[in-house]
Amino acid sequence: MKLHEYQAKAVFSDAGIPTPDSRLATTVDEAVAAGNDIGYPVVVKAQVHVGGRGKAGGIEVTTDEAELHEAADSILGMDLKGYHVDRVLVEAAVDFVDELYLGVTMDRNEGDPVAMVSSEGGVDIETVAEETPAAIAREGVDPAFGIHPYQARKAVYDAGIGGDVARDVSSVLATLYDLWVDSDASEAEINPLMLTEEGDVAAADAVMNIDDDALFRQPDLAEMEEASYTDDLERKAGEYGFDYVRLSGNVGIIGNGAGLVMATLDLVDHYGGAPANFLDIGGGAKAERVANALDMVFADENVDSVLFNIFGGITRGDEVARGINEALSQFDELPIPVVVRLAGTNADEGMELLTTELVHVERTLENAVQRAVDNAEGKA
Amino acid sequence: MSVLVDADTRVIVQGITGGEGTFHAKGMIEYGTNVVAGAVPGNGGQEVAGVPVYDTVHEAVRREDADASVVFVPPALAADALFEALDTSLDLVVAVTEGIPTQDMAKVTRRLSETETHLVGPNCPGVITPDEAKLGILPGDIFSSGPVGLVSRSGTLTYQVVDNLSNRGVGQTTAIGIGGDPIIGTSFIDALELFEADEETEAVAMCGEIGGEDEEQAAKYIASEMDTPVAAFIAGRTAPPGKRMGHAGAIVSGSGTGTAKSKIDALNNAGVPVGDTPEEIADHIEDVL
Repeated sequence: MKLHEYQAKAVFSDAGIPTPDSRLATTVDEAVAAGNDIGYPVVVKAQVHVGGRGKAGGIEVTTDEAELHEAADSILGMDLKGYHVDRVLVEAAVDFVDELYLGVTMDRNEGDPVAMVSSEGGVDIETVAEETPAAIAREGVDPAFGIHPYQARKAVYDAGIGGDVARDVSSVLATLYDLWVDSDASEAEINPLMLTEEGDVAAADAVMNIDDDALFRQPDLAEMEEASYTDDLERKAGEYGFDYVRLSGNVGIIGNGAGLVMATLDLVDHYGGAPANFLDIGGGAKAERVANALDMVFADENVDSVLFNIFGGITRGDEVARGINEALSQFDELPIPVVVRLAGTNADEGMELLTTELVHVERTLENAVQRAVDNAEGKA
Repeated sequence: MSVLVDADTRVIVQGITGGEGTFHAKGMIEYGTNVVAGAVPGNGGQEVAGVPVYDTVHEAVRREDADASVVFVPPALAADALFEALDTSLDLVVAVTEGIPTQDMAKVTRRLSETETHLVGPNCPGVITPDEAKLGILPGDIFSSGPVGLVSRSGTLTYQVVDNLSNRGVGQTTAIGIGGDPIIGTSFIDALELFEADEETEAVAMCGEIGGEDEEQAAKYIASEMDTPVAAFIAGRTAPPGKRMGHAGAIVSGSGTGTAKSKIDALNNAGVPVGDTPEEIADHIEDVL
């Protein structure tokens, strides 16, 4: 779960990390009032869950009321990489002498948390990581102990940050780590942490993503969730509780188990087709879930062909077949051709049960994928 | 021979009184697994699926001389259950539970590194040695005994590849589902080490997927340490960056790490053939047998 910048800043600020004065605004009038209250210059920032907001035109610096009016007017309501902007953060522009990067995340390879510092803040940190990895100081942390103060200092000094400000930056990093732990975050980032002429620090941007699996014990953060979807189908999938990713092709895919569904997508591509989506209905596959899954792919106007690939483990083929029949019983004729492949537990019983006037049944994965790709090309 | 489990493995089930725990404990017993006890706090003295239940894992291990545990404890309590299991002398702990917070798993795997125990999972289908024992939720009847070791991050993809193998009469020594989470106990390398040391495993089928660098590290290990031939399949070639493909661990990061291409290239460079389809991994396995 991703927090918006304004939410993450509130969390950071509560923990004692300095952030610039800011207000959230949903209208141009609110934005202007906020700017007048804070004092110019102010930055206007779109509050949407996308990276690279600045380059996409979602962030503007304004020096007076007229400029702020114009910026807020253009950003509010804009489409930013597919996301509708309905709120902006109006924030005091910080007069900085340097920009740093601070981050805490889980290092998958080590299985440990890692605290990171770079003197090259203010730019896309993934680019820095790729082009000049040495510019990012990394300090692995024992999750049982938490970060020792010396580790925060070491990361800061290793990043080439010295002088009086090093102590403040170390303190912000240690606080960020504790916040990361206390919030069950997967990522917590400040990019940039601005250094001012006066020697102060301020978190000019804030990123915080929470581990979905830990939301049960983070009720305050869970309440902040504002699901944002680039399209209605992803919203629908969220409501149905499916793992769903929309893609650009025309072969709709439904399967059970993430790895098998990914492999099915790959096979569609291998046989010359283009997958329209990733949809994992998970274990069980009761009639209602099957019906919801079909509803999802039928609702995608790009889909010309549907492939149902179920490998029954604990899921039984006959149950799935009943689910498919029940889901399809509302149709006399299907809007688009459906290929079903059942394997594993009780697959034979399932294939016998399927209403074959409506669906085409295949026994092997390869044949099923080929058939679905042919259907999509209108060959069948 | 086999790895991790065989007919003699004495198994306890943590969370045996829950719906899933009871269902799968019965399934394991039906398969022939030597399930000797359950462990559920507050439920000591009961009998479930024909085996005694103890309040603590320690008591279950001590009274029943258990070697392994399968964990069906719900995610909020799972880390505690794993710490409890790791505090005993068990050789193997299989964590089936899906949805354990990642930070909990970081603490668990730190503790794991101080023990001699193998942890498989979490969020995994389990471990099976065909005709001897299964620990987890795998459908036993698609497996058959034979010379191929199998290790996979995904449940149903494992079944698919086993099906491709079994249809040609190629059986398995042991199949290990290592799970689709970002932080897991047994890695590909750990599983490959076990198969390399096993005399009956003549070839290894490895099913990876996008996300992380476990497959790339495995490729290095295969190139430098393994004599047993390996064939692989990598799922997620068509996955777009930044989108989580079901498994919490299956994501190509924005900077392009964890891609299928990087994994396939690493494996090819290590001399490992990578099938374009699950059928092709079975072709490669048959070629080397």
